[in-house]
Amino acid sequence: MKKLLILGAGTAGTMMLNKMESVLDKEDWSITIVDQFETHYYQPGFLFIPFGIYNRRDVIKPKRDFFPAGVEVIFSKIDLIEAEKNQVLLAGGRVLSYDVLIIATGTKINPAETDGLKEADWHKNIFDFYTIEGATALQQHLKYWEGGKLVLNVIEMPIKCPVAPLEFLFLADWWFTEQGIRDKVEIEFVTPLPGAFTKPKASNVFGDFLNKKNIKLTPDFSTGRVDWENKKLVSWEETEVDYDLLITIPTNMGDELMARSGLGDELNFIPTDKFTLQSEANENIFVIGDATNLPSSKAGSVAHFQADILEDNILSFIDGRPLRGKFDGHANCYIESGFGKGILIDFNYDTEPLPGKFPLPGVGPFSLLEETRMNHYGKMMFRWMYWNLLLKGAELPIESHMLMAGKRA
Amino acid sequence: MTTKQLAGISVDVDSEGFLTDHKIWNRDLAAAIAKEEGIDPLTERHLEVIEFMRKEYEEKGSAPSIRRLNKLNIVPTKELYSLFPGGPAKKAAKIAGLGKPQGCI
Repeated sequence: MKKLLILGAGTAGTMMLNKMESVLDKEDWSITIVDQFETHYYQPGFLFIPFGIYNRRDVIKPKRDFFPAGVEVIFSKIDLIEAEKNQVLLAGGRVLSYDVLIIATGTKINPAETDGLKEADWHKNIFDFYTIEGATALQQHLKYWEGGKLVLNVIEMPIKCPVAPLEFLFLADWWFTEQGIRDKVEIEFVTPLPGAFTKPKASNVFGDFLNKKNIKLTPDFSTGRVDWENKKLVSWEETEVDYDLLITIPTNMGDELMARSGLGDELNFIPTDKFTLQSEANENIFVIGDATNLPSSKAGSVAHFQADILEDNILSFIDGRPLRGKFDGHANCYIESGFGKGILIDFNYDTEPLPGKFPLPGVGPFSLLEETRMNHYGKMMFRWMYWNLLLKGAELPIESHMLMAGKRA
Repeated sequence: MTTKQLAGISVDVDSEGFLTDHKIWNRDLAAAIAKEEGIDPLTERHLEVIEFMRKEYEEKGSAPSIRRLNKLNIVPTKELYSLFPGGPAKKAAKIAGLGKPQGCI
């Protein structure tokens, strides 16, 4: 009996579990998945919590609801991956051996990496919205906030869901308008990037949106520390930005397990072949989703596109054949732009976000790089697709590889 | 790709002025690129960082990140920003004759 072991039962791990369970022969293969937490969070929903659009109950379900029958599920912390012995040590001392290992341990924020962030003001006057704790604490705070200067800052790249900061800003502009205090709120976006986004065309489009919504953009600002007592962001070059309320996207890092196991880079992301998703160090270890060091976005849609490729490649690997699946860096992001509208972008390693129609070329119903109501409905509908189709490994009506059809270069 | 004159020789550069072939790099070229980037003179300390970056690039195929330079005690982040003001990752890579650092999105 051969063993497939999956570490991490978040978006990527759960998708892979469902996909592999449906294609591997039960006579030959046993499948085990390990995760330390029993609750699955719909992370794209965290964005809506600070504004009271969603609450905690809207973004959680038990992980077990998404596991197929006939697989072994272990809820435990993981001590170590011993790649040279093809085994994993769990916190309780149990040893799991494997023939093929899939690592899907994701990424999380690490505010302790920046001086002054995780001090007395953390979740009091400085908030993240990438954790359920941060998002719900911010909801409470915003409910009673009377205005002032709100600064949203990205500490360093890469971050999970690189469009989320923009969405937060757009929603904040809308929400303060709804509350009747937009005239009392100054909004500033402080980013280490040279513009609103990484890719030039989209960066210009988003820059125009920020301008239109009276949100100030401060680019090329690499935060060195936070002077929380005087409410200032201080860059490595000693320039300063004042704030009354700081919303921050702290340094994102992979799981500490990778550092312990000698498998990660400086940020604990695992060096991974950007096309095949095989780990660079071990041919029977594959990596998917936010845990990789790939130059693609860290996002659920990306993990979804990777999952199709990875399924093919693992099957080839098991058969002793060359890995033919090539991931192209495809990402597809619905961006809430406030006032019931949204923007959609679709891109990959080589092609930046372009205008056009999606997914049906020339038809839509969604519009790329344009603000429409339909795009907003797409975003809101996505939660249903996520719970009911995506996690279960079902086919979605979107190709894994990005298509140029429907796009205007 | 365009050709330009740097330190008395003609070299190929990309649209943003990065050398297209890192193997032609030498200290004179580095000083000439540094001058264009507003760093003059290029000191031994600059070169220490740059030569380490080149060594890693040749061994691993990619230049070390700011975080890695800090972690390996090559140069603390604060000092790196003062050596290469206004975007050390990009500037140091350019002076080192390496390609533009791959931005993650």
